[in-house]
Amino acid sequence: MNNIQLDQQGRLKHFLGIEGLKRPILIDILNTAASFLSIDAKAVKKAPILRGKTIINLFFEPSTRTRTTFELAAKRLSADVLNFNIDTSSSSKGETLIDMLHNLEAMHCDMFIVRHKAGGAAYFMAQHVAPHIHIINAGDGQHEHPTQAMLDMQTIYQYKKDFAPLQVAIVGDILHSRVARSDIHALTTLGASQVRVVGPKTLIPKGIEELGVKVFNSLKTGLRDVDVVIMLRLQRERMQSALLPSVFEYFQYYGLTEDVLAVAHPEAIVMHPGPINRGVEIDSTIADGKRSVILQQVSNGIAIRMAVMAMTLGSRIPEQKEGQ
Amino acid sequence: MATLSILEGRVIDPASNLDSVTNVHIADGKILAIGTPPTDFSAEQQINAKNQIVCPGLIDLSVRLCEPGAEHKGTILSETRAAAANGITTVCCPPDTNPVIDTPAVAELIQKRATEAGMAKVLPLAAMTQALKGEQLAEIGRLKEAGCIGVSNVLPITNTQVLRHAYAYAANCEMTVFLQPIEPWLSKGCIHEGTISTRLGLSGIPETAETIAVARDLLLIEMTGVRAHFCRLSTARAVSMIKEAQAKGLPVTADVSAHHLFLTDKDIKNYNSQCHVSPPLRSHDDKTGLREGLLQGNINAISSDHQPHEADAKLSPFAMTASGISALDTLLPLCLRFAEEMQIDLTTALGYVTHKPAQILGISAGTLAIDCPADLCIFDPNSHWRLTPDNMQSLGHNSPFLNSEFKGKVSYTIINGQIVDIDKE
Repeated sequence: MNNIQLDQQGRLKHFLGIEGLKRPILIDILNTAASFLSIDAKAVKKAPILRGKTIINLFFEPSTRTRTTFELAAKRLSADVLNFNIDTSSSSKGETLIDMLHNLEAMHCDMFIVRHKAGGAAYFMAQHVAPHIHIINAGDGQHEHPTQAMLDMQTIYQYKKDFAPLQVAIVGDILHSRVARSDIHALTTLGASQVRVVGPKTLIPKGIEELGVKVFNSLKTGLRDVDVVIMLRLQRERMQSALLPSVFEYFQYYGLTEDVLAVAHPEAIVMHPGPINRGVEIDSTIADGKRSVILQQVSNGIAIRMAVMAMTLGSRIPEQKEGQ
Repeated sequence: MATLSILEGRVIDPASNLDSVTNVHIADGKILAIGTPPTDFSAEQQINAKNQIVCPGLIDLSVRLCEPGAEHKGTILSETRAAAANGITTVCCPPDTNPVIDTPAVAELIQKRATEAGMAKVLPLAAMTQALKGEQLAEIGRLKEAGCIGVSNVLPITNTQVLRHAYAYAANCEMTVFLQPIEPWLSKGCIHEGTISTRLGLSGIPETAETIAVARDLLLIEMTGVRAHFCRLSTARAVSMIKEAQAKGLPVTADVSAHHLFLTDKDIKNYNSQCHVSPPLRSHDDKTGLREGLLQGNINAISSDHQPHEADAKLSPFAMTASGISALDTLLPLCLRFAEEMQIDLTTALGYVTHKPAQILGISAGTLAIDCPADLCIFDPNSHWRLTPDNMQSLGHNSPFLNSEFKGKVSYTIINGQIVDIDKE
């Protein structure tokens, strides 16, 4: 699936999910992002790649971090940005997603960055939008969050330089996590030697093994010798739906502490998509410790989002070798 | 006396195991004779059915007519016309109309409008509980007198005591209960729980959402002695539970929707909302189990589970779309496709949509027996065609089979001895 993401030349037209994208495209995104990291470091943080383009941030779910980094990324590429924060309760009062889409199209925009509570929402929009408009998925339900996965890959690459030998553990609420799904697809496509998911049975979705991962229910076993630990945020609603007894018990068995992390590879890095819950899934000493690369992830987020925007909407600058 | 002869067709009557090229003679709305007519018979009308199949009109156990309450999706006229155009002469309509079929007035209204439409016959199912709320019993006795053929609650009843009493009271009224086995707490998702739901990030509905309800219902059926029919099974496991119950002698039957015999959760790739149905499309093994269940007789009938929708109802991200397929146009063709794929004879295959559903409903129909109502379907088994929005007869064009190639096209539908004029105003 996801072929809708590519144009006839096999280049990115939309960015909806990692699943279905081949390795060369992912590498292309990482290389392009690396070239933008230098812009970030300059005093004048602007490139004219998307000058005259209009980008709409269409957020049906609240988000500060992701929306802001998309906005910054667009501005650094010289695009005009509009933010639409749509309270789902008011949008449900009448206007359908399709109607809203066509209304925004009529404003002659070039790109929509979409976050929505329904899995497949970005895919749906890409199917129905006018052909000149590009869609970037900023998180659709429990499905994918592909820019997060790419910034995770960028971060891993900066520290480890090669995906092939890596053992990576993704820990926590795999069931509800779009980050986990996108990370899994990215890591398996980039050839990591082993991808593990770690969590209690209530938070591991059925059939996840078929995505090419190994399931662990014990944190200590799951982290043994891993090179990268990706912690996921635990939503407090999970207690209400009887998936977990309490925050305390969760932290006791699945919280990342110095003690547990000791079983990982001595040079293992610790990642988290943010925002972190200190004392719920991660201990402060780890979050602020030397193995944490959480803030590096945030910085990479801007470059990755610039790369994806430039590759889908820009006039192919900088020119990269084509994917397949 | 209105008379009609259907000549030289291949006449298939699954109820009597008849399959031969012969003539069917009709008088006064009833089957008069097969083969040679009485000497004093003369036909006012004749149909040359050479190279065509003549069989009992199809009986469909579940058709949402959408009237009263959702006339923008379909009306009694539009959907009974679509049924008739597709060789279906009797349809059963579930009670989840608006208002609900929980009073004789609504049941009578539906039947009156169906009679006025003059297309397929309509047999309403009565609500088991008032407003389908699962709290107080509906007037099952009076609803039976008003023409309801059975009782159903469509929505799950969570209070087991109410359920027990509803079954016992239905048994008291000699009404069959039509059960849609759904355990509501496990059914919050929108597709089958498995690798596909995990991959697509959609909430899953596990197999146990069906089997737990089947297990509970079977125990209550045994306890109350009610005659029960399980509607639209979706899992192989439920089929084997029904099989065991039947072996024990419980009075239970079951049907499967035609689409569950052909589609699985894999067909939802790319979030195809036309495949959003309840119960959900399940795994390949489930599909195989359902097919086996039919062949072994544990599932007795195939229904369309027709649910027409306006285009907008399917035009949203998957989980936000309405569930259901507009399926009247594909019941016979899918039944024929099933016969071909499973290499079973047409008599058996047509039995699933004629005399088997008639037996479940306890009506004298679905057969070409002498003196039975002359409801027939005549179709050309070799006519190839493609399903398109333009040639769909139902008001709803929501079908995952759009653009599929089919074999077998209805040429005449006869109801009470009259050739149905689909184009009449």
